[in-house]
Amino acid sequence: MQNDVIMAGFGGQGILLIGKMLAYAGMQDGKEVSWLPSYGPEMRGGTCNCTVVISDKPVGSPVIQNPGAVLAMNLPSLEKFEADVRPGGYLLINTSLIERACKRDDIRIIDVPANTIAQDLGNPRGANMVALGAYVGATGAVSMEQVEAVVRQTFAAKPSVIDVNLEALHKGYDLGREFAATASGGAAS
Amino acid sequence: MAKKLMKGAEAIGEAAVQAGCHLFFGYPITPQNEIPEYLSSRMPQVGGAFVQAESEVASINMLYGAAGAGERVMTSSSSPGISLMAEGISYCAGAELPVVIVNIMRAGPGLGGILPSQADYFQTTKGMAHGDFRLLALAPWSIQEAADLVQDAFDLADYYRNPVMVVGDGLIGQMMEPVEFYEDRQPIKELPPKTWASTGWKRDRPKAIINSLFLDPAELERHNFHLKEKYDLMERDEVRFATYGAVDSADVVIIAYGTVARVCLSAIEALEQEGIKVAMVRPITLWPFPYKAVREVASKAKDILVVELSTGQMIEDVRLALHRPRPIHFHCRLGGMLVSPEEVIDKVKAIKAGTSEEVQHA
Repeated sequence: MQNDVIMAGFGGQGILLIGKMLAYAGMQDGKEVSWLPSYGPEMRGGTCNCTVVISDKPVGSPVIQNPGAVLAMNLPSLEKFEADVRPGGYLLINTSLIERACKRDDIRIIDVPANTIAQDLGNPRGANMVALGAYVGATGAVSMEQVEAVVRQTFAAKPSVIDVNLEALHKGYDLGREFAATASGGAAS
Repeated sequence: MAKKLMKGAEAIGEAAVQAGCHLFFGYPITPQNEIPEYLSSRMPQVGGAFVQAESEVASINMLYGAAGAGERVMTSSSSPGISLMAEGISYCAGAELPVVIVNIMRAGPGLGGILPSQADYFQTTKGMAHGDFRLLALAPWSIQEAADLVQDAFDLADYYRNPVMVVGDGLIGQMMEPVEFYEDRQPIKELPPKTWASTGWKRDRPKAIINSLFLDPAELERHNFHLKEKYDLMERDEVRFATYGAVDSADVVIIAYGTVARVCLSAIEALEQEGIKVAMVRPITLWPFPYKAVREVASKAKDILVVELSTGQMIEDVRLALHRPRPIHFHCRLGGMLVSPEEVIDKVKAIKAGTSEEVQHA
């Protein structure tokens, strides 16, 4: 069993961070993991992405051409990776910043208004946590327990932000879970 | 120690510290800057020293001096920087100094680009610098293996009193994976005290002089034969490789090293599901090259495929391994582009279908 995901967005959205947190949670779950950032000459505010692989056996290629999931936090990321999602895979779209819909009908599309949810929680910088939660809720790639532990550890130096980030994470998680439930219900009907 | 999620560059730096290397000299270049960055904060914690030299030429000569004083030393750089160090590496080989050099390869030639590449295979294995020496070269395919091989590199360098290089591509430098360091790790070689080191003469032993100049040809010839004995021993004792897949009955055997081999392993597993039997030999030492292993696995396979992030430098060693002319197929990406499992799958299928062109040799 392997879960792989490309997470993409603007520099500064905390994409590389949630990728690392996902990989770390996977490792704590006893899985084999790899985290690979895009690197190269980039300007501040430019796009960035990372590929995370979580597997039951040693990770083969850490480079994934057709990932099982893509998390697009902004429009350029959607444009770049929309076509790459494996048929049947997940595409999480940050609908707070992306106005257009996905053009494909062979993948599972999850609308995640990450920035809106984060703002409503009074934690506008927590959009990445909402997105991470949604991914985990929809795919079950790692256990929520480990993700929570990673959040506590990541923000250990700033205890005041732990609870708000956990809250954002859970909002996203619930959204992802709900999608997973209705998606399977939809398939049955 | 528990597993830690570490960036390759940080794991390489920590591995050096764990191996007892307390002196690092280097000059920045992408994509390995996180190695000196890590060590600039780590070395002071262990009472060591981090020096950012004024150039690569200075770095390697600082290694020469510190290794001559018997210390475990390391530098790291990327392709163009390694070229600048080449002269000093030859001096280290001539003066029999144990130094560890990490090359996180980038695409070339010239300044090239900063993305992953295996463009320095010839340089590493055959043409590092002047003067008929050999460089023991280790090529990890994961972050854990990078950490392990860096520690082994120090033991091998001390044992043979020779430069050892660890070669990775940009993925090894930038990727994060779980790494474990073992507190009870023992040296992989029996290492005698460094009585040859220049540590200050107190009339209690012959003077220790670190030198690579021998103006008397008879003396230099003796020195050259002595070096040759070491290289022969390395060829006999230090060959490392790993094999994967259907090694006894492969339709196609792949030869690949470093992270490219991981991509190939993903392809092999996918092909296996379709009933196509593929094997792989992964050289872990690029020099000495695992000629015998390649020959043995290739002898049981119908076809041979070399996959590399270069224009086909390793093909030469694969041909040497085979002993007789056989068709070799080749797939590569260049310039910092990466090979994907899908490309390898397509190539293997093309070979089986007879639509892949063989590598032509004059």
